[in-house]
Amino acid sequence: MKSPGTPAPPPAWKSDGRVPEDQDTPARCRICIRPVFMGSIVPVAPEAAQRIYRRPHLPDWRIEVACGWLCRQMSIDVSDIPALARGCAVLGTGGGGDVRTGSLAAARAIREYGEVPLVRLADLEEDALIVPLSGIGAPTVSHEMIHSEDEPKRIAEEIERIFGRPPSAVMSSEIGGSNGVAPVAWAAQLGLPLLDADGMGRAFPEVQMVSMYVAGLPADLVVMTDVAGNVVTIRPIDGLWSERLARAVCVAAGSSALMADYVLTAAVARGAVIEGTVTRALEIGRATEGAADPLRALQDRLGAARLIIGKLTDVERRTTGGFVRGTATIEGTGDDRGRILTLELQNENLVAVENGRLLAMVPDLITVVDTETAAAIQTEGLRYGQRVTVLAWPCDPLWRTPKGLETAGPRAFGYELDYVPVEELTAHG
Amino acid sequence: MADLPELGIGIDVGGTNTDAVVLGAQGRVIAKAKRPTTPDVTEGLRAALDAVLAELGHESAREADGPRLEREADGPPPVQDRITRVMLGTTHATNAILERRNLGRVAVLRLGAPATTSVPPLSGWPGDLRKAVSAGEAVVPGGHYVDGREIRPPDLDTIRRFLDGVAAEAVAVTSVFSPASGEHERLVEELVRAEYGLPVSLSHEIGSLGLLERENATVLNAALYGVAAHVTGALVAALAERGLRARPYLAQNDGTLMTLEHAARLPVSTIGSGPANSLRGAAYLSGVTDAIVVDVGGTSTDLGVLAGGFPRESAAAVEIGGVLTNFRMPDILAIALGGGTVVREHGIGPDSVGYRIAREGLVFGGSTPTITDAAVAAGRTPSDGKDWLARLGDMSEGMADMLESAVAVADEMVIDAVDRMALGKSGRPLVAVGGGAFLLPERIPGADRVIRPEHAEVANAVGAAIALASGRVDTILPAGDSRSEAIERAKEEAAARAVAAGADPSRVEIVDLLEVPLSYLSEPAVRVHVKAAGPLAR
Repeated sequence: MKSPGTPAPPPAWKSDGRVPEDQDTPARCRICIRPVFMGSIVPVAPEAAQRIYRRPHLPDWRIEVACGWLCRQMSIDVSDIPALARGCAVLGTGGGGDVRTGSLAAARAIREYGEVPLVRLADLEEDALIVPLSGIGAPTVSHEMIHSEDEPKRIAEEIERIFGRPPSAVMSSEIGGSNGVAPVAWAAQLGLPLLDADGMGRAFPEVQMVSMYVAGLPADLVVMTDVAGNVVTIRPIDGLWSERLARAVCVAAGSSALMADYVLTAAVARGAVIEGTVTRALEIGRATEGAADPLRALQDRLGAARLIIGKLTDVERRTTGGFVRGTATIEGTGDDRGRILTLELQNENLVAVENGRLLAMVPDLITVVDTETAAAIQTEGLRYGQRVTVLAWPCDPLWRTPKGLETAGPRAFGYELDYVPVEELTAHG
Repeated sequence: MADLPELGIGIDVGGTNTDAVVLGAQGRVIAKAKRPTTPDVTEGLRAALDAVLAELGHESAREADGPRLEREADGPPPVQDRITRVMLGTTHATNAILERRNLGRVAVLRLGAPATTSVPPLSGWPGDLRKAVSAGEAVVPGGHYVDGREIRPPDLDTIRRFLDGVAAEAVAVTSVFSPASGEHERLVEELVRAEYGLPVSLSHEIGSLGLLERENATVLNAALYGVAAHVTGALVAALAERGLRARPYLAQNDGTLMTLEHAARLPVSTIGSGPANSLRGAAYLSGVTDAIVVDVGGTSTDLGVLAGGFPRESAAAVEIGGVLTNFRMPDILAIALGGGTVVREHGIGPDSVGYRIAREGLVFGGSTPTITDAAVAAGRTPSDGKDWLARLGDMSEGMADMLESAVAVADEMVIDAVDRMALGKSGRPLVAVGGGAFLLPERIPGADRVIRPEHAEVANAVGAAIALASGRVDTILPAGDSRSEAIERAKEEAAARAVAAGADPSRVEIVDLLEVPLSYLSEPAVRVHVKAAGPLAR
């Protein structure tokens, strides 16, 4: 079971591909092997399907024709980008970088290369190669040094050289923030589908803070490329070296690089990636679209606890050990008048405390949103006087395992706290 | 002429009114006028100018009442000759962008390839604006890394081929990290001027770090050259027709002025000058340099903060005509509350009767209850000696209750907005300006007192008339040993830019210096923002 609020798979099929018994249809798409239902298919002749979906630069798998039926596949279009960006910002828990540039890149790539199909792990062959991609670098630099369009292709070529076969899908390493949106552009540029999954289910600041590391996959290969065209392949001995060496390469490359790590097959990815997170980001973004009460809609969609509705009265920032740390104070208004919440920040919102009582802590998700619009506010965008609501909700269960907490629990960020799940902390509030 | 004081005229074109004032020797307001803003802007400008000159004529006639005959015999200089400067704050540029009118065709050139190609120039622009502005776009080799290394040397032949293939009236050049390393942009400027004779906008003269936003501002700037020429032409012609030999200046969005030559290069910096003028005018009229300024208009109220006599600048990116830009704008919070805001049974606004208040408001004999009526009922009236309360006449109890609760709601909106702008800092005064300043209560939590300066209704025109010019630099510098030297250089550059804008070289001062440490870089570095300002040279 995923964290509460994770969308249930559509009733038409289960992620393991089995047909629910109460449904009666034997039809399956010949290519994706999913059961096909009347509600989810568009009947067209094979030639028509080819005309609609075949694009010269794309591999044939996108033509999903089975006995004259076209299995309708979820894909990401230009019109989906704003919702995806809003959702990724919410999942960014204050960090993960600005979604604006990634949104522009994604919209442009879709216009140029076509829609990006969104596939599930179950849709892929067992030995299909999945490439987790992320942009790394200094935030200030990323606003100026925008990625080259050639970067994804160089990574894909290097991976094909190493593995002897081309990658089958792109995955976001980090759904929260800019690295949740930009992979749409990278997938479009490569003519590959995007996997409906990521390695965090949120945003984290360090390379080893990914589900693949927690799942025990070896961090023995990192492929990086920069705007100039350099390609660097690193064979680190573990996740910590991977972070150290990747960071050094990034700095040498002008503090901006595109990185693939934990390249994995669909078989290996099962249980090692967090599934459904792209869909979830889209749904989060759509929840507030045109809603009469955006805050309520967002809270319901997330299954989040509302820690406080109030006003930001203080933001203090200090730089220690290369990281910006800070504390934000929110004073309750309305029903919450008289309450005071403090948020401990680094790149992300990490710990929420009220009057010495813990309300939520990393790796659970804590996001500050504008009370009126329900738009997420990044930690660097926090300003005195903003009317905000703090929402908190459970992380993926993977982060609550001993290895998960060791990797990204409160102590990994320097807080001497024992992790308690947010739903327990807020149960009697 | 030597013993008679010099005069300056400030004109501010607002959404509803065009205001003009004449500032005398001691900086006293000696004439003022308000005229409706016209669709073409220029007519309203002439009307306001004529009105203020007529009033000035009366004033000087009165001044010279006694010894008039004698002085006439000596041939005293006509009052026009005492006016040495005319300063204009105008919305021409904003309107041109919003209405997509009179915009020039721009060749958009970015130096950065092979970097940055995933987001080409003008991505995310509204289609109609892009169509109106772009003569073609290209990303060519060039630009720098954050540490000052070249990405590639600029490829001049590729640039020539691009320019040969487009029909453009101006060129916008944006190079990666140009706020720290501007030489590639200057190289292209030389090429374009020498070989194509076109005007060039360089991004490092216009915006700060943030490639796409700076590029957008640079392209808009290049598209506005024609508008700038039109404004300066109209202003110069208006002055000549009236026999004024004053030197003309344009107001920019940081509350300072620039010469017409400078404005012709940087027309985009006139956008947002209205609120900046209002803030500077409030500081000037009240004599305070640190305050919250509340400018109450007919349909909305703008709040801003004065810090050291200048408008506090916005940290967020600013959208103009659907395009995100990052040049510095005053930090303004606008709320839907003005003199003409309509009062209803269950709340107020956000709609307003606007300029029609003079017909439709209750105190003007109309039938639409407005916030002005509510304020008058609560005993808050303009200080013009008229018996406003009597004009309201007898009211039903229901109407009285409705107006009373409307004032309470309006006060709550103002108090809330003041609190948002105060950023937790208390003890500053609040300066109330604009035509609707009388609407504000006497006490506002978060402000230690409310100042209502004389001539507050033309504070924006007064702000335009204050003679200061400025220059700024925003760049990245190493944080090591060379830091202090580098900061000195940045200060010199900012001062040089202030002089270029028209400041007196001997009186330029650094008015703002901000250092922000950067993370995740190979060597420690700081982002530095310097602003210099000084009085206009004579």
